[in-house]
Amino acid sequence: MGNAAGFPLLSLITWLPLLGGVIIMCVRGDDATVAANARWTALWTSLIVFALSLVLWTRFDPAEPGFQFIESITWLPEFRVGYRMGVDGISVLFVLLSTVLTPICILASWEAVQTRVREYMLAFLILETMMVGMFCAIDFVVFYMFFEGVLIPMFLIIGVWGGARRVYAALKFFLFTLTGSVLMLLALLAMWFRAGTTDLTVLLNTPFPPAMQNWLFLAFLASFAVKVPMWPVHTWLPDAHVEAPTAGSVILAGVLLKMGAYGFLRFSVPMLPHASMVFAPLMFALSVVAVIYTSAVAFAQEDMKKLIAYSSVAHMGVVTIGIFTFNPQGISGALFQMLAHGVVSAALFLCVGVVYDRMHTREIARYGGLVHRMPAYAVVFMLFTMANIGLPGTANFVGEILVLIGSFRVSFWLSLLGGTGMILGAVYALSLYRRVIFGRLTRDDLRAMLDLSPREIAVFAPLVLLTLWMGVYPGSFTRFWDASVGAMVEHHQAALAAPTHLAGLTP
Amino acid sequence: MMNWPIAVPEIVLSVCGMAILVFGVLRRQGSALICTMLCLGAFLLTAMLMLSTASGIGYSGLFVVDPFSTFSKLLILSGSVITLILSLDYNRTHLIDRFEFPVLVLFATVGMMVMASATNLMTLYLALELQSLAIYVLAAFARDDARSSEAGLKYFVLSSLSFGLLLYGISLVYGFTGTMEFARLAHALTDPATATAGLVVGVVFVVTGLAFKISAAPFHMWTPDVYEGAPTPVTAFMSTAPKVAAVVLLLRTMATPFGHLLVQWQQLIVLVAIVSMIWGTLAAISQENIKRMMAYSTIGHIGYALIGLAAGTPAGIRGVLIYMVIYVFMNAGCFAVIIAMRRRGRALEQISDLAGLGRTDPILAMGMVIFMFSMAGIPPLAGFFGKLYVFLAAVQAGLWTLAIIGVLTSVAGAFYYLRIIKVMYFDAGGEAFDPRPPSISLVAAASGVFTVFFFVFPAPILSAAQAAAGVLFG
Repeated sequence: MGNAAGFPLLSLITWLPLLGGVIIMCVRGDDATVAANARWTALWTSLIVFALSLVLWTRFDPAEPGFQFIESITWLPEFRVGYRMGVDGISVLFVLLSTVLTPICILASWEAVQTRVREYMLAFLILETMMVGMFCAIDFVVFYMFFEGVLIPMFLIIGVWGGARRVYAALKFFLFTLTGSVLMLLALLAMWFRAGTTDLTVLLNTPFPPAMQNWLFLAFLASFAVKVPMWPVHTWLPDAHVEAPTAGSVILAGVLLKMGAYGFLRFSVPMLPHASMVFAPLMFALSVVAVIYTSAVAFAQEDMKKLIAYSSVAHMGVVTIGIFTFNPQGISGALFQMLAHGVVSAALFLCVGVVYDRMHTREIARYGGLVHRMPAYAVVFMLFTMANIGLPGTANFVGEILVLIGSFRVSFWLSLLGGTGMILGAVYALSLYRRVIFGRLTRDDLRAMLDLSPREIAVFAPLVLLTLWMGVYPGSFTRFWDASVGAMVEHHQAALAAPTHLAGLTP
Repeated sequence: MMNWPIAVPEIVLSVCGMAILVFGVLRRQGSALICTMLCLGAFLLTAMLMLSTASGIGYSGLFVVDPFSTFSKLLILSGSVITLILSLDYNRTHLIDRFEFPVLVLFATVGMMVMASATNLMTLYLALELQSLAIYVLAAFARDDARSSEAGLKYFVLSSLSFGLLLYGISLVYGFTGTMEFARLAHALTDPATATAGLVVGVVFVVTGLAFKISAAPFHMWTPDVYEGAPTPVTAFMSTAPKVAAVVLLLRTMATPFGHLLVQWQQLIVLVAIVSMIWGTLAAISQENIKRMMAYSTIGHIGYALIGLAAGTPAGIRGVLIYMVIYVFMNAGCFAVIIAMRRRGRALEQISDLAGLGRTDPILAMGMVIFMFSMAGIPPLAGFFGKLYVFLAAVQAGLWTLAIIGVLTSVAGAFYYLRIIKVMYFDAGGEAFDPRPPSISLVAAASGVFTVFFFVFPAPILSAAQAAAGVLFG
């Protein structure tokens, strides 16, 4: 499959933000000028990138299960590593998710960030390059570079513009993720050595001996489980979320958490079918614990961001259940849930950001009765709370129901336990909403709060639209990956059906 | 067979050195700047001569020129050039701008170049001695500063000890094989089963002596003290060019004469690599002085580089060479930043002195961020590729323990590199440093550009390293 765009579209989307970064670096003048120019340059750059990424939406051929918009340049010839870019049905919408969320983040930080604005915007543009590049890369080394490269801007965003315990949170985030990633690097090297290339299209069709698959799977698990994050390595997430600035949390929840699940779908399941089968019960167990345990933990939180962070862990647990069901419904549901969570949790963090910008606290007890002063905010917050619970008509419902159907085909109990997440989700999400929005407006400082500004409405409008669109007409999203998921499931079944042939390859 | 023109670059460089020395003595006052410039010119001339020298063996098998030696020498010359540029401003402000400094660097460089070409245990020893002699003096160059004198003395005493070990090893090897020439040794040791215990002991002593020079743990004790006490440009020098020279010397010695004894020395190198990585990392975490931290960082990096040697394959040697190239440039950048740490003419060495650099000098801070992330091995920066190739070699050779320990210590190592970034950006800062001299900015900028953009066009360095590594196991 060639490049339907006729020009290196993916590279353009990936690297264009860096060009914006260079322009920001060149701005001269006093602080106010630099800040204003940096904001506008970052916004325009990210909007142009978004516009370009819409070409993917229109020109992507959903009937083709393989990679599209392929670019390939020789990079390290003697190692058979190339700069290869391409998207298939699984990755294409995550590229769009990244390009949608970046301008929203920049807009959301318009007034919240007042120090070192130039560096902040630069960090976000670099982050966008890394995120988009990671979803587009179809060469393992290129993928790894972007996957790890994300750590640099995110570490700085949390550490420089974060809250009181930002140093601890930033270091914890960095070291947790790096530990997992370097183990994946070893798996990468082993696969590289065995297959002789790092081209994903080749690796996807290279059978690895079952014994080797198990080790490779564990190495990948170390990396992706931290990124997802799965219980029990999720502990960096609440810290990182609480200390990160609002936009940092949005990207973290919206895109970075998807990188782990995307890694499972891109590498673990298709490349290591046997090991995936062997470890599926473990994955289910960890996921179910994540769903139930972190939901309960979320209910006990006093900090709004922490609550949403734990709810993210629970929702990502549903995603990992879906991935390891190995049937079209489960995987399709996992993908849908990833997108839905990307939009909804991002929006919830933005909701927290709105009141945090006004009151500079995230303590739930400090709020109450906001509906009297901020009716528009109350409506927006309610929509996303409902979506977070999985109310029919919102995005999360479609994802969760598909995952439940998929898991029901595996085991009744899995479906039942995984489904409790929806109930527990209602408990903590509704209680958060009640304590913040309803009740009597008792505090004086709350009385002075203003409702959403036009800028904030502009931030929320696309997310509201997306949430409802995904909930009401999910077909316009699932059509992108139906062919790819179908092919992946078939490939998986075929690989499992030929165990003796594979076992014969064991050295 | 004499074939003397093969050593023309070294001969020219030595003659230049003596001429510059005479010139400096005659000029007496204020000749430091001119002598430095002349030395830079001599280095340039040598590099050009070297590129036009054909490969071959000369001086009856004492001296060789091949892609491996040319590659190493170019890297050594780069390290020396960077040192001289870094020393320009530092020596002036610290009142040690005497013309002997560049001349000593030049003679050390001659020694290192011969080290890269040594194909006889005697050449090896003499070249190493020439290099070390110059560096003893350099380490004590700030002779009015007690710490500098202490560093010089300490380095001298401990180095002498390592030379003793090395010579003892050489004598054992000579005693059991009857030759000191690499080619004849390789021939005599074709069958590893015939290696006697005495010979193996000799090899172990040779490795120990060289491990001292590359400051691999557990033979690293001198490194932090000497790094801390020596004038900072000398520290920068010691952590780059002589490390490269000693590493390539170790590579050639292990691969060519003792190449067939791989099973005998592989475990030793694996052990040294593991201890270096772990100890370099753990000890660096608690350091408060940035030069000491860099010393432990060097020990750690040497551990990673040794992974490639432990693999014992051309791919591994290639990994080591790539690692050293990247290491030299990112280290040079770090030391440029360290030399720029100065308030009212006084050099600062505590990590806490960096606090607030992100605000007071954002460009320099950004450079340091790049070097630190690169040292930690985060892609897409150059440091990642250094690690990538040695780990690849380790995986290919099946050294899984080494590879796993390596990646895990690199995570622990990331902690202390991140600490520098944390201090620069997250801590409340002091006042600004003195304005940066252009020479420092030049080195920092060049290293920064190399570190960031290595991934765009790595092919020339990779293929040069490939060609260089190919000759060793040939």
